[in-house]
Amino acid sequence: MGWMNFLLRTRGRQRLDWTDVLSYTYLVVGLFTMFAPVVWLVMSSFKTEAAIGQFPPTFMPYTQKTVVVAGHDKPLPLFTVTLDDGRKREMAQVQRMGIMATMVDPAAPEERVQVNIRQREPVNTLKFAWGNYTELFGKFTFGTYLWNSVFITVVATVLTLLFNSMAAFALSKYKFRGQKGVFFLIIATLMIPPTIILVPVFLVINHVGLLNSLWGVILPAVATPTGVFLLRQYMLTIPDELIEAARMDHASEWRIYWRIVLPLSAPALAVLAIFSVMWRWNDFLLPLIVLSKNEFFTLQLALNSFQGELNTQWHYLLAMTVITLLPVTLVFAFLQRYITTGIAGAGVK
Amino acid sequence: MRFLAFFFNLLEPFFRFGQQRLGLQRLGWLFVAPNLIVFGLFCFLPILINLIYAVTGGVQLMPLSRPYTGAENFQILFECGNYLDLSTCRKDVFWRAIFNTVKFSFIQVGLMVLLAMVTALVLNRKILGRGFWRGVFFYPVLLSPVVVALIWKWLLQSQGAFNAGLVALEMSPVQWLTESGWAFFWTVFVSIWAHMGFYTLILLAGLQAIPKDLYEAAEMDRASPWRTLTRITLPLLMPNLIVVLVLAAIRAVQVFDEVFVLTGGGPGSATTFIVQFIYQTGFAEQIHLYGLAAAASLALAFFLIVLTLAQLRLTRASEAGQKGR
Repeated sequence: MGWMNFLLRTRGRQRLDWTDVLSYTYLVVGLFTMFAPVVWLVMSSFKTEAAIGQFPPTFMPYTQKTVVVAGHDKPLPLFTVTLDDGRKREMAQVQRMGIMATMVDPAAPEERVQVNIRQREPVNTLKFAWGNYTELFGKFTFGTYLWNSVFITVVATVLTLLFNSMAAFALSKYKFRGQKGVFFLIIATLMIPPTIILVPVFLVINHVGLLNSLWGVILPAVATPTGVFLLRQYMLTIPDELIEAARMDHASEWRIYWRIVLPLSAPALAVLAIFSVMWRWNDFLLPLIVLSKNEFFTLQLALNSFQGELNTQWHYLLAMTVITLLPVTLVFAFLQRYITTGIAGAGVK
Repeated sequence: MRFLAFFFNLLEPFFRFGQQRLGLQRLGWLFVAPNLIVFGLFCFLPILINLIYAVTGGVQLMPLSRPYTGAENFQILFECGNYLDLSTCRKDVFWRAIFNTVKFSFIQVGLMVLLAMVTALVLNRKILGRGFWRGVFFYPVLLSPVVVALIWKWLLQSQGAFNAGLVALEMSPVQWLTESGWAFFWTVFVSIWAHMGFYTLILLAGLQAIPKDLYEAAEMDRASPWRTLTRITLPLLMPNLIVVLVLAAIRAVQVFDEVFVLTGGGPGSATTFIVQFIYQTGFAEQIHLYGLAAAASLALAFFLIVLTLAQLRLTRASEAGQKGR
């Protein structure tokens, strides 16, 4: 029972009381509610098109076994047939007419048996349909969507880090007239949700000729109040003496910025980089109005447009969804601590 | 690394020149310039244009070539034959969107903050693997709205896992997303599922900032857990709770992407919210009515300003209360 004691051990106290039991029950229910839908999606994405249409659905990706029978070009589906005398045999189905099916024994392909379809049960095996994933790259110009998403995310994040750190440097290490006003203006943009200036932003992007261009999504996103705020607060902790010393050595201001202040701000830059990657990768509303042509779609837009189609090809859609949530999940798995402390510290998402 | 150095060195002469012309301290302007240009173009200028759009009509995109129509856009939005009957309104979808948004905000914010509170309290106990559990509740926050919507759409579709469960219990399947009551329920549920972790995190940070000696003192006095919660935890958490409530409300009023993918605003207009109304009026319909969309976004802005002012008021009141104690 050692492991039991280990599991039930709580810091400071010896025993579990009923509130602990309640807490853990709550947590386990939470674990199920938060992860079961995602797990279900991932498992479903490995089902073949036929298995996805089945009702009731199974959790694991089962698919019907097929066999190659001499004299038939295509592999035939395998069934367990209950014969009239009660014996069970595994047989392949040649064709089906109404409620009758013509079955053959794969070992003896000459002998054909007519059975009622209620007498046969499909033989299922566990099979992961990796084809859902590999075939994506040949279809729907999926590669283009992936590239668009990656390009926007990477370029926007690099520019975000550059521009926001420059502004943060000026706001934390210089004293110029209007500095407070600039800081206030930048922070004030936090108060202006993108949804209420949707129409005019569209106009501006259209006017500067960036409609249906990846840059039309990148440029409006590279200045973030959150980023400036986060970096400025961090740079305030860098001692001014360091900068004075560098000036004594005749370092130019630009050099001071990128050789001294930037490297020292690495932790804050890392947090902002993680944020920026997630913001841009998950972005939906701005791309939705800026990118209307298929070849500029990001993954999010492609997902949205495919799920709206009349006969949604769920097996591809699910695989695509899994690919879309994969990077974020990886970032989360490895960098969870930075994200959670960053959010708790700044109170922003 | 070498590439980075090359890139930064490339910009050096530019800033040297700037320093000669501006002087040391005013060089700061050069550093903030890229940010200000981007904000100016894509935030401050749009605010101005939005005001122009709201009082002009027509379908032209350029603000100055649009005919001035005064308050007509607002009249179209708000005018009703009989204010007790929404179907007599000129834009009944807009009214329905407002009604839905208010209903959604109250239910979603109330339930979500309550759940986030409970979760934060549980996570703040002495539990094994707190980091892991915190991550569990936080994970959906990182997922994109489209992915969130598709995850649930897959579960809720007519041949999905939920209906399989119902059939297994020998009940008849339900059209979860095409019956208006259920569709609304799921928009609320899914948005709570997706965002609760964020608020839990803020509340947890607040809980951890409460001095431990207060609880020790309460234990000495044999205070019941309930009394400890209502007399120590909740009052001291009040500032965080207000921030969370207002942030959640500001987000809820702007609900769009998840719902747009999950239900498309339907069935009918049962789950159409204000932002979707703006998007459809301005972009999705045959004739792009930018003026009407802009007027509707000003109405939304009004909601948001009220919420922000409420936050300032409440924060100040609660700070005053703290000092008074």
